[in-house]
Amino acid sequence: MAEFKDISPNASAGAKLTNWFENRFPTAFDAYKVHMSEYYAPKNFNFWYIFGSLALLVLVIQIVTGIFLVMHYKPDAALAFGSVEYIMRDVPWGWLIRYMHSTGASAFFVVVYLHMYRGLIYGSYRKPRELVWVFGCAIFLALMAEAFMGYLLPWGQMSYWGAQVIVNLFAAIPFVGPDLALLIRGDYVVGDATLNRFFSFHVIAVPLVLLGLVVAHLLALHDVGSNNPDGVEIKGPNAPRDAQGHPLDGIPFHPYYTVHDIFGVSVFLMVFTAIIFFAPEFGGYFLEYNNFIPADPLKTPLHIAPVWYFTPFYSMLRAITTEMMYALIAIVLGAAVFSAIKFKIPTLFKGILVGAAVVVTAMMLSIDAKFWGVVAMGGAVVILFFLPWLDNCEVKSMRYRPDWHKYLYAVFVVNFVVLAYLGTQPPSPVGERVSQVGTLFYFGFFLLMPWWSRIGESKPVPTRVNFVAH
Amino acid sequence: MKKVLITLIAALGFVAGAHASSGGIAWDKAPNKTNDMAALQNGAKLFVNYCLNCHSAAFMRFNRLKDIGLTEQQIKDNLLFTTEKVGETMKASIDPKQAKDWFGANPPDLTVIARSRSAAGQGTGGDYLYTYLRTYYPDETQATGWNNLAFPNVGMPHALWELQGKRVPVFETKGAPGHEEHVLKGWEQLTPGTMTPGQYDQAVGDLVSYLQWMGEPAQHSRVRLGVWVLLFLCVLTFFTYRLNAAFWKDVK
Repeated sequence: MAEFKDISPNASAGAKLTNWFENRFPTAFDAYKVHMSEYYAPKNFNFWYIFGSLALLVLVIQIVTGIFLVMHYKPDAALAFGSVEYIMRDVPWGWLIRYMHSTGASAFFVVVYLHMYRGLIYGSYRKPRELVWVFGCAIFLALMAEAFMGYLLPWGQMSYWGAQVIVNLFAAIPFVGPDLALLIRGDYVVGDATLNRFFSFHVIAVPLVLLGLVVAHLLALHDVGSNNPDGVEIKGPNAPRDAQGHPLDGIPFHPYYTVHDIFGVSVFLMVFTAIIFFAPEFGGYFLEYNNFIPADPLKTPLHIAPVWYFTPFYSMLRAITTEMMYALIAIVLGAAVFSAIKFKIPTLFKGILVGAAVVVTAMMLSIDAKFWGVVAMGGAVVILFFLPWLDNCEVKSMRYRPDWHKYLYAVFVVNFVVLAYLGTQPPSPVGERVSQVGTLFYFGFFLLMPWWSRIGESKPVPTRVNFVAH
Repeated sequence: MKKVLITLIAALGFVAGAHASSGGIAWDKAPNKTNDMAALQNGAKLFVNYCLNCHSAAFMRFNRLKDIGLTEQQIKDNLLFTTEKVGETMKASIDPKQAKDWFGANPPDLTVIARSRSAAGQGTGGDYLYTYLRTYYPDETQATGWNNLAFPNVGMPHALWELQGKRVPVFETKGAPGHEEHVLKGWEQLTPGTMTPGQYDQAVGDLVSYLQWMGEPAQHSRVRLGVWVLLFLCVLTFFTYRLNAAFWKDVK
C-alpha cells in the first residue's frame, strides 16, 4: 500500500479533497502521471501525429452515438429498415445521431489509414515498438469486423447482398467452408438469424475486444515511448536528459500535446461536421444509394460493391482469377528454384523448399481460385502484422532512408488508392488486369521487403530530433 | 515516378469510361424545388392523388407535411384518403396481393425512393424520377399497354397519362455508317392531355421535388444547422489554435 499522506489542516478544501482521494485511490493519480503529465513525448511531432488521438475520438463518438441508436433500432429482419427510417424521421435529433454514426464509420477508417501510413513512413513499428504495431493491426482487423457487421444492420439491399457475398466467401475454404458459412449466417441464406447475431457482435462482442486492444495499444506505447518523424530514440541510453532525468527532446504529454490535440480535434470536427450536415451520403460512398432499398433476398443488385474502406482488399479478392493462379504458381515455383540455387543452404533444406513449393502448387491447382482470392484478401491484412520483421533498413524514418524508398512508398500509396477505386467499380477486363498487377505489387512490396529495404544508401541519423520552436 | 503516376491515372480514366452507361436513356436534370413550399404542397397533392393508390410511403407520417407549410386541418381535409389519423404513415389503398397479381411485383415503397435512385455519373434520384415520369409511351407489347424510356419494360402503367396525354418518342439515326446510334429527337403527341407539355413538366417537377423532400424531411434544417455548427467550430478552432500557440511558445 502506498504511504498515507497527511495534509495541513489549513490547506484549502480542494487540496484536502484531492488528498482524500489520493490516499484512497493512488492508482488513478499514478496513472495520470505515467500517461499524461509525466509521459514524455518527442517534441517534434508533426501533422501526422494527430490521427491517433482522432481515432480515439471517433471511437468515443461511435460508442456514444451507438448507445443512442440502439435505443430505437430493431434487430429484426421485418423491422430493421423501418426502424432506421424511424430514427431518421420520428426520433428527435435521430437523423443527427445516425449521420454521426454512419459518417463516423468512414471517418474511423480515414483516420486509421492515415495513422497506419504515419507508422509506415516513420518506422514506428520497428524495435522496440513491434507490439504496439501488432496491437494496432489487431485493432484494424477488429475494426473491419465491426464495420462489416454494422453495415448489415440498416438491412438495405447493399447491407444484405454485401453480407451475402462476404459470408459466402468463407464457404470457399476447403472441407470446413460450407459449415463455417452456415455457422456465421445461422441460416442457409443471410436472414433474421444473421441480423441478430451480427447485431450482438456489433454492439457487444467486437466493441469489447476493440476497447481492450486500444488499452493494450496505448499501454504498450507508453511503456516503450513514442517514435517521432526523425526516428530518434529520445529515451535511449545515450539520449540527452535534464537534471531530473527527463529527456531533453521530450515534452510532457499534458499539457503540451493535449492542447495540440484539442486544436487538431477542432479542425477535424470542421471536416467531420461539414460532411454530416452538408453531404452525409458523400456521393454514395458513405451511404450507398442502393442501401435505401429494403433488403430483398429475391432480387440481386446488378453491382455489389462493399463500402469504400474495404475496396482495396475486395479488389485483391477479385484479382485472383483462374488465369491469375497460373501466374501465382509460376511465381511460387520460380521463387523456390531461385532460392534453392542462389542461397547457400544445406541440400536437405533445398529439397524441403522445392518439395513445399510443389505441394503448394498442387493445392493451387486443385482448390478453386475463389478460395485463393479469400486467402489474398485475408493475407493482405495479416501480412501487416509481420511488418516489424520484414523491414531490414538500417534507419527507421523515411527522412533518412535512401531516396528511392520514397518513390517506392509513393507507388505503394498510389497502388492502394487505385485498388480501392477499382473495388468500387463493376468488374471489367482492364480493371481486372490493373488490379492483378496491383495485387502482385502489394504483396511484393511486403514479401520482398527483407531484400529491397537493404538496398541503397541511408542518410546519417542525427543524435537529436529536428525541432523548430513555434 | 511521374510516368508511373500518369500511366495509372490514364488506366483509371480508361476503366471509368468503360462503365459510364447502363439501361435506359440519359437523365434530364430535375428542377430543384425542395425549398419551394408551394411546389412541395402541389407535389404532395399529386403524390396523394396519383401515387398513394398503389405505392405506400410507409415511413412518412401525414402530419410531417406541416413542415412544408400545411396545417393539420388542411392535411385532414385535403390529403387524408387512405387513413383516418393525421399521425399515421402513408399507406397505399391497394391490396398488396392484388398489386402483385396485376403488376407482377409489389409497387415499391416511395418514402426514400429519391435517395435510392441516385447513381454516380448519371444524376440524382430526382433526375431519374423526373426523366422516368416524363418518358412513358404506349406499347401494345406490354401487359399494361405502356413502356418507358428511362426504365425499359417497366411494370407500372402511366399513372399520369390523363395529365400528359399519349405521345411516342421519335428517334433519329446519327453517326458514321457502321457506328449508327439511335438518338431521341423529340416526342410526337398522339392525344392531348389535360395539361400542356410545359405544365406537365412543371407538375412532375413539383412531384419529384416532393419525393426528394420526403426522402429526408430534415434535409434543409440539417443544412441550416450545419452553417451554425461550422461557424461555432471556426471560432473554437481560432481559440484552440491560440491556446496551442500559448503553450508552445516557450518550448525551445
